Amino acid sequence: MSFFEFLLRNRQEVLELVGEHLFLVAISTGMAVLIGVPLGILLTRKPALSKPVLGFANIMQTVPSLALFGFLIPLNVYLFEVKILGGIGPRTAIVALVLYSLLPIIRNTFTGISGVDPAIREAGRGMGMTDRQLLFQVELPLALGVIIAGVRVATVICVGTATIAAAIDAGGLGRYIFRGLRANDNVLILAGAVPAASIALVADLLLGYLERIIQFGGAVKAKSRRLLWSGAAVLLLFLAGSYFFIGGTSGRVAVGSKDFTEQVILGEILALAIERKTGSQVIRRFDLGGNLAHDALIAGEIDVYIEYTGTGLLAILKSKPLKDPREVYRLVKVEYAKRFNLEWTEPLGFNNTFAILIRAEDAQKLGLKTVSDAARVSRQWRAGFGQDFMSRPDGYPGFARTYGFHFQEIREMDLSLTYRALAEKQLDLIAGNSTDGLISRYGLVQLDDDRKYFPPYDAVPVVRQAALEKHPKLRGLLKELGGILTVDEMRKLNYAVDGEKRQAKDVAREFLIKKNIIAGSVPTN
Amino acid sequence: MDAAKSIEFHGVSFRLADGKTLLSSLNLEISRGETLVLLGRSGSGKTTTMKLINRLLDPTDGEVRVESRSTFDWDPIQLRRRIGYVIQEIGLFPHLTVAENISVVPRLEGWDSERIKDRARELLRMLGLDPDRFAARYPRELSGGQRQRVGVARALAADPPVILLDEPFGALDPITRREIQFEFKDLQARLNKTMVFVTHDVREAFVLGTRIGLVKDGKMILLGPPALLLESDDPEARAFAQCFHEAGSAENAA
Repeated sequence: MSFFEFLLRNRQEVLELVGEHLFLVAISTGMAVLIGVPLGILLTRKPALSKPVLGFANIMQTVPSLALFGFLIPLNVYLFEVKILGGIGPRTAIVALVLYSLLPIIRNTFTGISGVDPAIREAGRGMGMTDRQLLFQVELPLALGVIIAGVRVATVICVGTATIAAAIDAGGLGRYIFRGLRANDNVLILAGAVPAASIALVADLLLGYLERIIQFGGAVKAKSRRLLWSGAAVLLLFLAGSYFFIGGTSGRVAVGSKDFTEQVILGEILALAIERKTGSQVIRRFDLGGNLAHDALIAGEIDVYIEYTGTGLLAILKSKPLKDPREVYRLVKVEYAKRFNLEWTEPLGFNNTFAILIRAEDAQKLGLKTVSDAARVSRQWRAGFGQDFMSRPDGYPGFARTYGFHFQEIREMDLSLTYRALAEKQLDLIAGNSTDGLISRYGLVQLDDDRKYFPPYDAVPVVRQAALEKHPKLRGLLKELGGILTVDEMRKLNYAVDGEKRQAKDVAREFLIKKNIIAGSVPTN
Repeated sequence: MDAAKSIEFHGVSFRLADGKTLLSSLNLEISRGETLVLLGRSGSGKTTTMKLINRLLDPTDGEVRVESRSTFDWDPIQLRRRIGYVIQEIGLFPHLTVAENISVVPRLEGWDSERIKDRARELLRMLGLDPDRFAARYPRELSGGQRQRVGVARALAADPPVILLDEPFGALDPITRREIQFEFKDLQARLNKTMVFVTHDVREAFVLGTRIGLVKDGKMILLGPPALLLESDDPEARAFAQCFHEAGSAENAA
């Protein structure tokens, strides 16, 4: 499907995402102006503050977004019963975006006002202007062009960074970009990136135009200037105020998922089953990046998502790798209950562990079946691994030691890109996920982990105990979902979405119908 | 209270935080309606002296009195609104029109808009600028001389009893400068205001000054009618007198 075809066919969704994106950017930039301009003014009055404040804004720009989200999500700040900080969704995304766009606004306000000709300032003071009159009648109007230039830079930065909002279910064009990266789908990536770039260009042009008319000053009469000001002030306050009305999840079951295809399918399966079987309303909060789903669960922002036993053991509990699946499951169940008031229910039935993959033709030509077989012939090979595999305790170092691997070259890259790189012979061996649909799509072969190096990653719903109490039918349903999926089935579902480009929602519904969990008919084709 | 005294300096010194003295023990009385020209080289302390009057600076020793009241007792904002202030042409607000520039102080004082408008037009006419042509222009659309006239109009706007002028004509070409000096002298005679006028141009001092105060290294070394400068034996006074004579003879030769 070509890029334009995609846009045409999905124009409803594209417009929605553009709308979400604009919403995030407008509110964030509005709040950044309301915070940044007064701060910049304050710095001109108390120059001693300028170093620490500008330093802070500078540092904020360098904090990686996932780290910032990880810090913001657990916050739980209320103002008059309204949650104003913390959680997943637009609220946290906006806070992060505001922090990212403050620097150019503060800095330009500060330098714009400091740059006003001292003689003009002295003329104002000599005529008997108070500090406030000098600020509003002389300094701010003269610095306005520079301040708007700062807002312009902040807006463009904001349009770009707002794509990360998709990592915490805050919507925006980042959804397409992340989805596209995950599925190795350039059309999807473009469908997110091109509209985002266009928004940035248009915003830049509009604010550039505003900057020019203001600098020429003469074009705007005093009366219309006042009108313009009050208009801008009302708009800013409206935008910033709407931040406080971003809705919560009360009364509904919030189902989460991490940010890869399998998780979205599993999230849909959970959500659909809960909707149909318990009658509760469900809110879907999918595509949460990194371990943010866990943070969101702890913060009560979601009620349930599918976690993997190995991830719970290693990434969350920071415990040592264990090999026995039953022991791992028992351990995470006990520890999660004790530490987080979270419950691991019945395993879904499949194990999504690392899969050591090579091309089918190599497997055939060299007669390779196990990882040990590959280790013997791999001296000239180039291997590619995701960042995750390189750094985790059950990842590369132990793997290489256990099997005695010495590769010619190791490339550390985005996991989703390694499959294609392997298929295109830029790599010879990768560590993918055993359930990945791309394995079938590219005709890759999984080698047997004959030394049992990789710990188990059994997929299991993790649910808040509070949610189980609040929605009594939930427990029975989750039990019913126990053992419904084999590795092969999961791979097929993944391939239906990644390979055949079908909607996760449809794939999940058909699966549940086939398993007789919900009623309905599957279209035959 | 002596009604004839407008501004008095009593043993006034001004030192910077680093100890450098810009003005030392100045005693001076300026009468109502008088124009005192502070003459001196760059950095001699003339501008410092002027800024002590409208409290842009506060004396480190002694006191300055305006209308018999110490500047320390004046609210600086109230004081400044009773004192017109003209600095070199850059003092006009570039984002305001000519009329808006002139109306700044009346607006701060809360005049009603009709009165402000009339006053701005009256002042423009007084300074030889056609209100219909100039009121809506921006400073960058004016010539240097026109800008300076607007600067003077702005200082006169709220009809203050005292006007301070800090080298107001410094940036003008010599011809415009002479024209505006004589126009200003004319205006002076009509308005009867107390003026303190800072310049390093000795001819300007002679044209405009009722008295001339010669300032050197933070001290007033000579104070009196212009003729006194020409008679003095002080080397600095003679240097300025020399300039005056040379300019005069050059003019005669031409």
